[in-house]
Amino acid sequence: MSGLDLLFLEEHDAYREAARRFVSNEITPHAEEWERARDYPKELFEKVGSAGFFGAKFAEAWGGTGPDYIAETVWIEELSRGLTFGTASDLGAHSQLAALYLDRYGDDEQKQRYLEPSIEGRLTGALAVTESGAGSDVNAIRTWARPDGEEWVLNGSKVFITNGSWADYVVVAARTSDEPGHDNLTLLIVDADRPGFERNRMNLIAWQTSHTAELYFNDVRVPDENRLGEVGTGFRHITTIFQWERLTMSLSALSLAELSLETAIDYARKRRAFGHPVIRFQVWQHRFADLAVRIRAGKALTYRALRLHIAAESGREVPREELVRLTSMAKLYTQRIAFDVADECVQVHGGAGALKEYPAQRLWRDARVGAIGGGTDDIMRNIIAGTMGLGVA
Amino acid sequence: MTLSPFTEEHDLLRKSVREWVDAEIAPHLAEWEEAGDFPDQIFHRAGELGFLGLAFPESAGGQGGDYWAQVVFLEEVGRVSQAIAMVLSVQTDMATPPILEFGSEKQIDRWLRPALRGESIGAIGITEPDTGSDVASIRAQAERDGEEWVLNGSKMYITNGARADFITMVVRTGELDEANPWAGISMFVVDTSLPGFSVSRRLEKAGMKMSDTALLFMDDMRLPADALLGVEGEGFRQIMWELQGERIGVSVFGVAGARAVLEEAVRYAKAREAFGRPIGQFQAVSHRLAEMATEVEAVEALVYECCDLWSRGVYATQEVAMAKLAVGRLSNQVVDEALQTLGGAGLVEGSFVSREWLGMRIGRIGGGSDEVQRQILARIMGIG
Repeated sequence: MSGLDLLFLEEHDAYREAARRFVSNEITPHAEEWERARDYPKELFEKVGSAGFFGAKFAEAWGGTGPDYIAETVWIEELSRGLTFGTASDLGAHSQLAALYLDRYGDDEQKQRYLEPSIEGRLTGALAVTESGAGSDVNAIRTWARPDGEEWVLNGSKVFITNGSWADYVVVAARTSDEPGHDNLTLLIVDADRPGFERNRMNLIAWQTSHTAELYFNDVRVPDENRLGEVGTGFRHITTIFQWERLTMSLSALSLAELSLETAIDYARKRRAFGHPVIRFQVWQHRFADLAVRIRAGKALTYRALRLHIAAESGREVPREELVRLTSMAKLYTQRIAFDVADECVQVHGGAGALKEYPAQRLWRDARVGAIGGGTDDIMRNIIAGTMGLGVA
Repeated sequence: MTLSPFTEEHDLLRKSVREWVDAEIAPHLAEWEEAGDFPDQIFHRAGELGFLGLAFPESAGGQGGDYWAQVVFLEEVGRVSQAIAMVLSVQTDMATPPILEFGSEKQIDRWLRPALRGESIGAIGITEPDTGSDVASIRAQAERDGEEWVLNGSKMYITNGARADFITMVVRTGELDEANPWAGISMFVVDTSLPGFSVSRRLEKAGMKMSDTALLFMDDMRLPADALLGVEGEGFRQIMWELQGERIGVSVFGVAGARAVLEEAVRYAKAREAFGRPIGQFQAVSHRLAEMATEVEAVEALVYECCDLWSRGVYATQEVAMAKLAVGRLSNQVVDEALQTLGGAGLVEGSFVSREWLGMRIGRIGGGSDEVQRQILARIMGIG
């Protein structure tokens, strides 16, 4: 059969309806209040969990309803329309990162202890890779885990850890060897109540409800049973999950872009200038049309990458370089769109664009994170150039 | 989960189109461009090989393939030349589909079958000296005279116009009603061998010089009754339908052209050394090309979604306008960056990139300008 088969089936439309209802009942109405408080109740995790929205990509054996990555896509798209991006980012760090690492690399016992309650939303997780001296350059990690009997002794610090300031457990990437190459990182599941573990919530100009934290490990003892995967496989696992993380960021950015465009058009209809609603000015009509085209192309590109992810998840042979190439392109393309659309949304608001009482400025601030987090734009360009045989060898 | 819309059959077709293009078109492009002409033989050969009717039903003289077969054809020609892709697409995506869609059996036999065989050459006649994007304002007029129509007026910027055997043309058949300018337009198949038709001049263009673009005059040209295609007065709706397929077609070969010039730039960046290393190893050059590759991938994905809708019979005006707009901008941007990467070599007359740089500029004007696409989109979005 030629042509492209449909991504979203009827069951996914129903799932979207349910997700949309959940977001518009449980999240959107509180967005303003949460953003002002720079906080939200942690019970949200339990609500999401008991409604089943952490479960789409996980097997029934662990309490999931999948694996169905298209349903997961639907959830991400709808969650990101909830007008509180920091909150969505916390939920994403928990589900798209911490829980996914456990699903992929955990043994049955670890899955029972961490994955199951994570899907239920009773336990919340975070992933800690980035350090003050190691962001995009994962191999520069200086947090060390040294073996001591049946335990690991963890020393170092992490920064920009989304959901980190209140997570119940943190999947930590630590150095376990000094050898050059890519086999010197190991993943450890660190319970937040371990002695020597401290954390500090960070104040950011964006994602203000998110519980982004600095983490400190001072002789934190971690039992070897909490090691996730084999010793030395950390780098490989991180770069593998990066692909899904970047895809989820692309989906989120597109939702944010759509929301920004709707917000902008809505305001342009209401706001009058020179005797007309602003929307009557052709330059704004055409600017909005251009932005809609970029969003649509970004979505087509992201769905092209998504098809590869889904094929890979279902066990098909997918060339890894192609997956990396398309995912990096989607990440690069969509984060910029989200910011550009949000920026025009601020612009059409005029002075009101600077006011906290309008969501425009928040969408704009939140969108800016995308070109930095999860691998910067320049890192994406390096990766893409590499797949083309260009760049520094 | 489908990862590619193409089947093995399409891959085989691609191979045979590529062989033809590489053997009979690519080697002559520089020479044709310099001469400002190319041989009609291209149409005859394409017809012989079955490439002009790939997605037309066998019952009408086509190959009975799906739209993805046409995509393969346009991509393979667009890869080497926007000019040749344009003239062939005028034949396959513009002049002939309305005959199949709106024509009678007799009209299909008379005009479509020979066109699909490559024995006759078609053109599409919409634009006039004073009317381009604003189709409703056309002035060329056909008046009934007994069984016949008498056609007067002119058409401008008509690709294949100087060599066409027939022109699928929209003209006014009723008085212009300012309140409802779309009414009173009809579509005809105009036989250019009839008295009263003349090619006023071939226009000299900055790009796509090999393709003939003409100013045409119809002076008391008498058309037989069965020159009328479809329903009298329905011409505006019919030409809007035609424009959908036209815009998808130009989007397909446009994005293929963008990918091809990008590949040329990448090849050059790997081979050309400066300051002791290939220029593609400089991060600034590599990032620029990575950006372009990303843009190409995104726009191609959009165009494919559009093709998918079209192949399933969905009249997706929004996606088509988006694709047309996106491709025109993309190809101009990519070819300009490619030219920059090639440096002086990009400016040499007769080179692939310089030729496409000149030719691709038409993509943002022909088939409905960028501004018209934006206006269509604004209307669909409920803001224009």
